[in-house]
Amino acid sequence: MTQTEIDSPDAKRPGLTRRQIYEAQVRRRSMAIAAGSTAAVLLALVVLIPLAPGWEGVKKSFFNADVFARTFPGLLEAFLLDVAIFAWSAPLIFLLGLCIALCRDARSPALYPLRLFGTLYTDIFRGVPVILVIYLIGFGIPGLGLPRPWNSPYIWGTVALVLTYAAYVAEVLRSGIESIHHSQRAAAASLGLGHSDTMRFVILPQAIRRVVPANMNLFVALQKDVALLSFIGPVEIFRQAGVYKSLLANFTPYVGAALIFLAVTVPATRYADYLMNKQARARS
Amino acid sequence: MKLTMTSSLALLMSAGMALAGGHCAAGKTLNDDVLTIATGNPAYYPWVMDDAPESKAGFEAAVAYAVANRMGFEDAQVAWVRSSFDQAIQPGAKDFDFNLQQFSITPEREEIVDFSAPYYSAAMAVVTRQPVVDGGAEATLASLKGLLWGAHASTTAVPMLAEIVQPDRDPLLYGDNADVVEAMKANQIDAALMDLPTALFTAAVLMDDGVVLGQFPPERSENPDQFGLLMEEGNPLKECVDAAIADLAADGTLAAIEAEWLAEATGVPVID
Repeated sequence: MTQTEIDSPDAKRPGLTRRQIYEAQVRRRSMAIAAGSTAAVLLALVVLIPLAPGWEGVKKSFFNADVFARTFPGLLEAFLLDVAIFAWSAPLIFLLGLCIALCRDARSPALYPLRLFGTLYTDIFRGVPVILVIYLIGFGIPGLGLPRPWNSPYIWGTVALVLTYAAYVAEVLRSGIESIHHSQRAAAASLGLGHSDTMRFVILPQAIRRVVPANMNLFVALQKDVALLSFIGPVEIFRQAGVYKSLLANFTPYVGAALIFLAVTVPATRYADYLMNKQARARS
Repeated sequence: MKLTMTSSLALLMSAGMALAGGHCAAGKTLNDDVLTIATGNPAYYPWVMDDAPESKAGFEAAVAYAVANRMGFEDAQVAWVRSSFDQAIQPGAKDFDFNLQQFSITPEREEIVDFSAPYYSAAMAVVTRQPVVDGGAEATLASLKGLLWGAHASTTAVPMLAEIVQPDRDPLLYGDNADVVEAMKANQIDAALMDLPTALFTAAVLMDDGVVLGQFPPERSENPDQFGLLMEEGNPLKECVDAAIADLAADGTLAAIEAEWLAEATGVPVID
């Protein structure tokens, strides 16, 4: 307060220190530079790209308004299938991931086989590309001769997605569980809680909350990988775009599909970022 | 097989030598004095035998060499490259003079790339398994409607299914014919629609209990499925290729090649 009064001749607004005024100037200047350089890059892109010799061809093949208008409604409809697959896969992934994470955290020597299973599981399913798991499970298991509807590609494609993503989620949850300080377990034990109660009421509530942002990232990735189910039959947005592409010999439907994906994944990613920042602030 | 191969070879050689003089294609090819031809990776029977187009064995391999010879190229001046469907239609410079892998000519595709005159008109055929036939499936539209369908997603089988068969349940679509066959083996689909030569090969070789239930004649669909050589939009070579194909069609060479490699195609019941 007293400082403000001493420095007030330079201040444009009362109540600001010279330091604050200087920092506001620096902020304004860096914002102006950022806006200027962004505008320059955009301008360069807009002016330079159309100068490329192949631009007319690319425009016709990738940014064809006519094709876009014809195919977009069909793409949107196909996207509903992606959303549905995501909706029924996500809870299953979380549950299986939690089970695997708990397996890996088993501390009693008698439960060592569980630990071993958890380790092997995450090693295998994190190490094999999703598309291979989908192919092998999606065609392999129904090939054993299961009757309909139990051989449906929807079922076994979902199983493949769940198995793969559960391995990632398990690792994230395990890191959350391990990040909870040992004193919490000691405190719970001193209150008379058993091992499973400690896990259920003390460790997991904190651990799961701590890894929400990391899991959000995984679920954004899952939303995109749902499209891989198209390889074993379901006509979701990626396959539908491929059909349009073949019929019209035009890649614009892929651009349309990408826009639809972005409309869903960008808000989800922003939200994950927001959560992560909030957590970082709360910790510091 | 060996006998037919040598006879076709002789046929092509004689055609090549007779017309080596007229060189309509001079200076219009990607590399001087070499005709670069693309096909699928892998290329399938009966279009290309054993995935080796250089052997001139298989319908499309034979057609390719016949066209090349008619355009004035010796067999040794033909170079082969491989491409996927997407590579063939993407904008920009191509790494082939023409590409043949059962590309159906459609007006929409014609806007992006050039097609030669057609070298084959393909009937579409229904492939299914013996248990499905035993279960009562017949070569009638009414019976076909009730089946669970599959198809290769980037073929004209997809619109044809929607227009002609109009199945009760949405078809399942796959990235290539091998996957369609796998789904059929796993009983995830009852039947698949594919061009007749591919259907015959699929039912006879790839499946233990495969059946070609019937064929839709080419005139059944609004745009009969005609295969053309695919070229970059505005390729000056097009007129030479078209002239060569017109020649081959007029003197019966195309029909002879078709009879040699696609003879089994006759004798499959027609669906009406």
